[in-house]
Amino acid sequence: MSERVGVYICHCGSNIAGIVDVEEVARWAGETLEDVVVSREYKFMCSSLGQELIEEDIKEQGLTRVVVGACSPHLHEKTFRRACANAGLNPYLCQMTSLREQVSWVIEDRAAATEKAKAMISAAVERVKLHEPLEAEHVPVNPTTLVVGGGIAGIQAALELADAGYPVVMVEREPSIGGHMAQFDKTFPTLDCAACILTPKMSDVGMHPNITLLTYSEVEEVTGFVGNFHARIRKKARFVNEELCTGCGICIEKCPKNVLDEGFEVGLGFRKAIYRPFPQAIPKFPVVDTVNCTYFETGKCLACEKFCPTEAIDMEQKDEILSYDVGNVILATGYDLFDSRKLPQYGYGRLPNVFTNLEFERLCNAAGPTEGSIVLRDGVTTPKSVAIIHCVGSRDQNNNPYCSAICCMSALKFGHLVMEKTGAEVYSFYIDMRPLSKGYEEFYDRLMQEGMHFVRGRVAEVTDIARTPEEEGKLVIQAEDTLVGKQRRVPVDMVILMAGLEPRADADEVGIKFGISCGAAGWFTERHPKLDPVATMTDGIFIAGVCQGPKDIPDTVAQGAAASARVQGMISKGSVEIEPVVATIDAERCSGCRICNELCPYNAIEFLADEGVSYINTALCKGCGTCVAACPAKAISGAHFRDDQIFAEIEGLLFDALPAADDAVLA
Amino acid sequence: MKYSYFPGCSLEKNADAYDKSTRAIAEPLGIELVEIEDWNCCGATEYLALNQTAAYSLIARNLAQAAKNEDVTELTAPCSACYLNLRKADKYLGMKNGLADRVSQALAAGGLSYKSGTLHVRHLLDVIYQDVGLDRLSEQTIRPLYGLKVAPYYGCMIVRPAFGNGSQDPQNPTSLDRVLEALGAQVVDYPVKADCCGGHMTQISEDSGFELIRRLIKAAADAEADAIVTLCPMCQLNLDGFQSAMNRHFDTSYHVPVLYFTQVIGLAMGMTPSSLGIGQEIVSAVDALAKIGSEPPPEPPQPTRRKRGDKSLPMPTARVEA
Repeated sequence: MSERVGVYICHCGSNIAGIVDVEEVARWAGETLEDVVVSREYKFMCSSLGQELIEEDIKEQGLTRVVVGACSPHLHEKTFRRACANAGLNPYLCQMTSLREQVSWVIEDRAAATEKAKAMISAAVERVKLHEPLEAEHVPVNPTTLVVGGGIAGIQAALELADAGYPVVMVEREPSIGGHMAQFDKTFPTLDCAACILTPKMSDVGMHPNITLLTYSEVEEVTGFVGNFHARIRKKARFVNEELCTGCGICIEKCPKNVLDEGFEVGLGFRKAIYRPFPQAIPKFPVVDTVNCTYFETGKCLACEKFCPTEAIDMEQKDEILSYDVGNVILATGYDLFDSRKLPQYGYGRLPNVFTNLEFERLCNAAGPTEGSIVLRDGVTTPKSVAIIHCVGSRDQNNNPYCSAICCMSALKFGHLVMEKTGAEVYSFYIDMRPLSKGYEEFYDRLMQEGMHFVRGRVAEVTDIARTPEEEGKLVIQAEDTLVGKQRRVPVDMVILMAGLEPRADADEVGIKFGISCGAAGWFTERHPKLDPVATMTDGIFIAGVCQGPKDIPDTVAQGAAASARVQGMISKGSVEIEPVVATIDAERCSGCRICNELCPYNAIEFLADEGVSYINTALCKGCGTCVAACPAKAISGAHFRDDQIFAEIEGLLFDALPAADDAVLA
Repeated sequence: MKYSYFPGCSLEKNADAYDKSTRAIAEPLGIELVEIEDWNCCGATEYLALNQTAAYSLIARNLAQAAKNEDVTELTAPCSACYLNLRKADKYLGMKNGLADRVSQALAAGGLSYKSGTLHVRHLLDVIYQDVGLDRLSEQTIRPLYGLKVAPYYGCMIVRPAFGNGSQDPQNPTSLDRVLEALGAQVVDYPVKADCCGGHMTQISEDSGFELIRRLIKAAADAEADAIVTLCPMCQLNLDGFQSAMNRHFDTSYHVPVLYFTQVIGLAMGMTPSSLGIGQEIVSAVDALAKIGSEPPPEPPQPTRRKRGDKSLPMPTARVEA
């Protein structure tokens, strides 16, 4: 029985019709192509009227197949599949072909565009005739969510889910949650104290009955698929029994070993070998730093154990491996700071009074190493002049080409804090000021009023080589003032480098672990940069905060909340539909060579050792076809992308090719 | 290791000591130098600004002459200007532009030809740093330069990234630092190591030229360097030859000798100063070289425990070079 195909050509306003002769294509398809019983063109096929046109034809003309030539299937495939389903036709019997992205937007010549459109329609018609009805599977969603990263993004996401009544497992690599925000002093543009607004949320996380908090822990492996993930988590030994520890801190007080704190205090302060990163740490339990602890070095000391009133110190503690079943994952893994030592011209690491932005946050913080006094590296002298250098490692073709988004505003914040606390002159060396959000431009204006100096130009170097007596003993900033068109040399006492944000050094590895990808710059890739910023191409894996790209605290919090809303939607729906366009292995033909196992980018193929064959988990399979192409035994077939369907499509494309003179060419 | 050798005009005249010391250390370091037959001017700096076709034809003639010897594909020049010009010519001849065609025509008129990439143009420092290597330098060091404090000065030409600078950081090159350390010398912090020596400014505008020289000499003196070690005849001429004029100009009394790196390598290898052309410099290096001791200087004291009441903030750790 031959199929009854309906062809619909969309004008897309003038997007397609402006270049392609749509009337001609529709007429040609109706008259020429075999099995086409209806062929129409319409102004906007995606409109309700356009969809109704298809639905009516299916019912009245008895169409068994539908071809729509319009925009990219990325945009409207779902629309037309739904229209078919509404009229009782299996949605996979509809084929969409892109006459806009692949024809009218990329071809200037009207005749050529029209010819290509015909070929595309012909290909779709030949292909759709071989389509078979497919049914989507439904799987239940586990209501527990895994949140990876306990910075402000993860905290926000976890709290919103937990407050809505859903269980959350939060995993944080460091001994405490809080992330970078816990290190900051004030937040722009309102200048509220970062700790004052963050710590209540941190303790909410710590106390919440719906949140299982695992700090000093890392996700080792994630298996499963949307709604049904299985996470294996390594909880590193703290050497402190959390059930006995009261958090009194006597162990820390009695520990005789001082260690440079390169974590929370970014190398500016000291901590003990048993420590809590900061006083408001959540959880309150300290950890033993085994690299520096005297006991781990020599087998002696144990001062902490001797003085602990509850016998909570346990030097025999081992890492634990924990397992959790979760329905969705939110990755909020944050960022690393650009290493300013990569720019020797700015002298960081060589010139003592060159500081990074994160060092300055600690310097300014009342709980920091200087108890909030802004002083030079000698720890005593108050600077009389401070230069702030923007875009360190950012907007730089040799390092990170992107803008780090937060540095202009934190530079303004620093300017305010320096002037308020020391009365020093502050010079900002910027390329462009980018105060983009609510209240930001006003803050910039305020700093101009307060007398901060702004020099537009990228700094060439920071040097201690004086040219004039006035420069002796100072750090000299050499920069072109591009607004004046002159070179400037500005001698100052202190320099703050606004080091940019970088993807975590292990972002790639983490991406692979969770089955998501990183873009060129290394940030996790969202499903759509505008319309789907917190989802990823892997269903059930969401991203929030700076791990997706540089952003400030308000945007980070918004993404945390957005990711949680997406997850709540999944949970309240209760089940997810699994796209039936998947690959299947014919066990009879599978030789068990396992070539496909390693190739699958979604970890969807497992080897069934008992039966000696590979098996595809259809819930994980994305239908990419990699395994289909690779299988040497041709044991794998991809639904909706079968060989005969593709060959038919190719033959359709070549509708106007001359008949092969020599069959040997094809053989 | 065989290299085509392009001495350039400086090494025949004012930088004769550079040529002498280069040839002296070459053999013991396993470098065989084959001087390019009938080489000519590298074009220096002025000619390039006047007539590019003529200038690059002039430079390319040297490449064509060297390429006649098919056994040797490496070409080394100790002079930074020669190195940069040869390197530029090699690069531009490989580009599709009118210049490459015109230069090829000019060469052909003289019965010569050169195909870009035939020769690998290297500065002598890069040859010693990469091909000879620090291990071999240390092995050959029989009279280590213990106690000699040196300021490594690279100048502006060999660090330019567009022409392949041995993947050094153009702002902070370190190969000469490592070479000098391998000889046992103490390298001082010299942040102006790639700054301008003044070039020909002393001939055009004395004020500008002397100021540029002063900055380099002062930075070395402030860092308590006994000598500046350089690798460029132009830099050496400016810092050494014009040092007393600069002193008169600013009423200062700096005395910082300026040596070629090949000379200090030779010293460390136990050669006599005169065989390396030491003594030909204008600012005498005698006092500086007298500081070379027979014992390694004492190790700087390890930082002890922080004293009670020490409020100073720790310095960030130095970056480990890749």
